[in-house]
Amino acid sequence: MKWFLHKLAMMFGAEGRKATPEEETDAARAMKKLKKTPEQVKKRKEIIEHELEFPLVRHKWRNLRWASIILINAMFIVSFAWDVQLVEGSLTASRFLGFHMADPNAALQVFLAFKELVLNLVIGTVTVILLWWVVGGRAFCSWACPYHLLAEWAEAIHLFLARRGWVKDHPFHRGLRVVLWFVFMTLAFLTGYTVFEYINPVGIVSRALIYGPTVAVVWVIFLLGVEIFFSRRFWCRYVCPIGLTYGITGAVAPVQIKYDLEKCVHEGECRAVCLVPHVLDITKMGYASDTTEYIGPDCTRCGLCVDVCPQNALSFTVRGIDKII
Amino acid sequence: MTDASDTPTPETPKKPRLSRRELERRRLLLRTLGLGVAAVTAGLVGWYPVYRRLFDHLRPPGALDEDEFLAACIKCGQCVQVCPVQAIKLADGDEGYGLGVPYIDARAQACDFSCDAVQCVLACPTGALSHAIATKEEVTMGIARLARPEACLAMQGQGFTGLARGYDFEGLLRYEDIDRWEPQPVASYPYDLEICDLCVRECPISGAITLEPLSDDPADARRMPTVHPACVGCGTCEMICPTEPAAIVIDTEFAKEAQA
Repeated sequence: MKWFLHKLAMMFGAEGRKATPEEETDAARAMKKLKKTPEQVKKRKEIIEHELEFPLVRHKWRNLRWASIILINAMFIVSFAWDVQLVEGSLTASRFLGFHMADPNAALQVFLAFKELVLNLVIGTVTVILLWWVVGGRAFCSWACPYHLLAEWAEAIHLFLARRGWVKDHPFHRGLRVVLWFVFMTLAFLTGYTVFEYINPVGIVSRALIYGPTVAVVWVIFLLGVEIFFSRRFWCRYVCPIGLTYGITGAVAPVQIKYDLEKCVHEGECRAVCLVPHVLDITKMGYASDTTEYIGPDCTRCGLCVDVCPQNALSFTVRGIDKII
Repeated sequence: MTDASDTPTPETPKKPRLSRRELERRRLLLRTLGLGVAAVTAGLVGWYPVYRRLFDHLRPPGALDEDEFLAACIKCGQCVQVCPVQAIKLADGDEGYGLGVPYIDARAQACDFSCDAVQCVLACPTGALSHAIATKEEVTMGIARLARPEACLAMQGQGFTGLARGYDFEGLLRYEDIDRWEPQPVASYPYDLEICDLCVRECPISGAITLEPLSDDPADARRMPTVHPACVGCGTCEMICPTEPAAIVIDTEFAKEAQA
């Protein structure tokens, strides 16, 4: 429990740390001890050398995910363009086959600004929270958010330039996202306007896709520029309150990424590709608390780490079901 | 600090040397503060156009008072999608917190109630378009005003022949004699009128506007379009008015206050 609270705290900006002896299970302790023996160290070194020689390239989850983002946003576009009434609206609020859906973060802002509780909005928000809770809260980010897809491409450019030493990543403190979440919610309440929606690239991109381009898209291009030239994935990592809202709603979600300490050789490929690398701190040597464990609630279930891990130490699982099987 | 043994020489006050790691940390925190301030400032920029009232739009039927409307609207555009004549547009970033909020440019495409009831109100998930109204007669978007009486054809006793807005006008209007459920392009419907009464003829609200004679002389063909309290401000008269710019316009609540 304490270890889970630590992972929750990491979502709110706390630094990663090793599991303390009390948090560590006996099996994990024994496993870590075994991993430190000279023959195991030698074996891991050989494995890593072999990996470097024959790098593994898999894009299974990424391709599925990109298909999902494109499909979800295409449903919105097609619904309006061809008037088929499949999903009317945009990502902030919509009707899917007539059922209300609402983005929890936008709905919360409207509630705070408007100061009235509208039944349709409550129904829409609860539906969306339940749907995304099943697949893991922040799964919204990596499986539905159109800005996420654009930011992934910007990230690829950033990494390309960074490898050549032309740009450098400037990280920020992750606690900022929590502060901004409260600031924007307070502003919505005090000003009576949905202040964050003015700079929300998700809403801007979603509306531009459905209703045609707007000048506001320039703001999104600016944000992508900052991500390419100054700070890797800065919006999703340090600013976006939507991600935090979904992270909170999916803190104990059924769909999880499971980490297997025994298979892990700790070379850190997963942390290098991750949007939220702090959730993968448990893959560092000596950090894990158990031989298998679920990674933190801030995880977007994007599956990049699952694809990239040559040892298959990370895998998609459904909480509880993996124990039955 | 006051202890003399701590300060070896007076001209070099003891300053803690920061390690690389501490320097990095300090830079990171400063950068974070900067980003936080920048993000909030960017968000607050949107307040300016709203505060200065840099825009004044007709809002869709059932819209709450402007400030409440901006607060309650979730910027989803479902009202845009249900409108059969696509009268509703979403505002851009130059309108601050009005970004993504629906409005109607009546001159380009008025709300002619082609949907027969207020479909946009039914589509609104947040009550920004208030469910308190159910019929077109209950709408209060604004009120029509003969802004340029000197340009009005009826005021000059003139008729009108041809297309109200030219062949390239894209606006749609419900012509019930053609098809009640299929709005037709205004550009496909030529008129031949002895006295121009387009604003009265096409008004979807009965008793909202009439043509009144300017004098008691039966030979005097001049008529004045007169707006009555039944007017809901849908803007159909403004769209159909053949003079350029329109002789009759819709005033919003804000425009009325500004005139007063």
